[in-house]
Amino acid sequence: MEPILRVTELSKSFSRAGKNEFLAVDHASFEVMPGEILGIVGESGSGKSTLAKLITRQIDATTGTIEVDGQDITKLTGRALIPVYAKIQMVFQTPAGSFDQRRTLGDGICESLRNKGVSKAEREAKARGLLEQCGLPGEFLERYPHQVSGGQCQRAAIARALMCDPRILIFDEATSALDVTVQKQIIELLQKLQKEKALAYLFICHNLALVQQFCDKVIVLYDGKIVEHGLPDEVILHPRSDYAKRLVDAIF
Amino acid sequence: MAALLDYQHVEISFNGTPVVHDVSFQLHPGEILGLVGESGSGKSTLIKAAMGLLGSSGMVTRGDIWFEGKNLPDLPEKEMRKVCGEKIGMIFQDCGASISPIRTIGEQIVESMAAHRKVDVAAAKATAMELFDKLHFKDGERVWNSYPFELSGGMNQRAGIAIAMLMNPTVLMADEPTSALDVAVQRQVVEEMLNVREVFGTAIIIVTHDIGVVSAMADSILVLQDGSVMEYGPAKDVLENPQNDYTKKLLSAVPRLRRG
Repeated sequence: MEPILRVTELSKSFSRAGKNEFLAVDHASFEVMPGEILGIVGESGSGKSTLAKLITRQIDATTGTIEVDGQDITKLTGRALIPVYAKIQMVFQTPAGSFDQRRTLGDGICESLRNKGVSKAEREAKARGLLEQCGLPGEFLERYPHQVSGGQCQRAAIARALMCDPRILIFDEATSALDVTVQKQIIELLQKLQKEKALAYLFICHNLALVQQFCDKVIVLYDGKIVEHGLPDEVILHPRSDYAKRLVDAIF
Repeated sequence: MAALLDYQHVEISFNGTPVVHDVSFQLHPGEILGLVGESGSGKSTLIKAAMGLLGSSGMVTRGDIWFEGKNLPDLPEKEMRKVCGEKIGMIFQDCGASISPIRTIGEQIVESMAAHRKVDVAAAKATAMELFDKLHFKDGERVWNSYPFELSGGMNQRAGIAIAMLMNPTVLMADEPTSALDVAVQRQVVEEMLNVREVFGTAIIIVTHDIGVVSAMADSILVLQDGSVMEYGPAKDVLENPQNDYTKKLLSAVPRLRRG
């Protein structure tokens, strides 16, 4: 089986006036197989979010390659990326901030299909179905982001990401801003969707316990470098790097 | 032992609508009480009520908050000023943001001490350095001369604890003091607060949604949901043998690390 996402020797450096270049991601290589859940953990500033931005082409890589479903997307821009975004979608940390405050959730969820020229009736029917799969009544299409709770808004954001039937979803701290009981509901939803649709997830998270429960494999990032890569129990019970040891020890 | 701080049937309303209902608890000298609950459960509102920080739309509408024989919600502002900071200290979620960004930590320490008593800069600095030392700051001089943005999030938080402890208050209120921090740094700040209790015998109320932090610190726990008390008792009992359905649900939702 071919990996759905393959990252090879990927680096990103930011130049700073008067100082040395800063390597935010340092020669990272890993693969995600279809239907696999890969967790990425590390502290603030370790490069987790930069990695997510690189993979979704929000920023350009300095060196290395990113392949989605066998296609090299490292240098793609503009229209060439449209078919890529049908395969790879992202869910953000602050759900309300990821929707346009002045438009309904329905507008946001349906936008990708509207751009593809799908008829209004068809895209709304699909959005309604996905909202229901995500545990929200179809009427939520008419609501504005400020009229729903954080957990409900995150469910809508997941529905939005699923509109174009992606193969892999990237979650950047998608449950970190939520209360634990809501976090648990969202994780259960993601497990259900993953089984139904055989989705692959790249799950960026600073909570090691959650990653242990939820992910098939885990990567530990430190200073932009991958310092551990393996099964969650392997990494957590027998960490090889000093940093991962400290991370595990710090948990209450 | 007499309670330091005694909440009796407290109801708090915003714009006439009650949001905290009939909450009672006591804080004893040297005790660490954890107020836990999810967003909107009223945990921060409860400690803000004691500090007079409810703003113009919020007020304590029923019940009393007794501290040293005085009912805090009834105190005139002038008397309140003697209590806040001097007898009851407070630390916030993001201490770096709760102090002025354009002044050094040292300048702000002098200012906050001068608000309570006459001090000169040298005396204030000596007091602060002694305190920094007790809190095991590696380089107190650097902290004194730094602006908040020059310190890391964790160091800012520890500086915030130090500033709150300058007046040697008997009660320290901490509103989500570790929530914005990475786990490793979180642990440091928790240890800092335990150290404060050890050295000064300060009683602490910690407001948090993080069950891990509470289990590492608290002697007693009060669980809130929608402004009502769900469960209140010794930490061990509440965590290991919860009686209330909501507490059970909350505890079961916390992801726990399996260590083998």
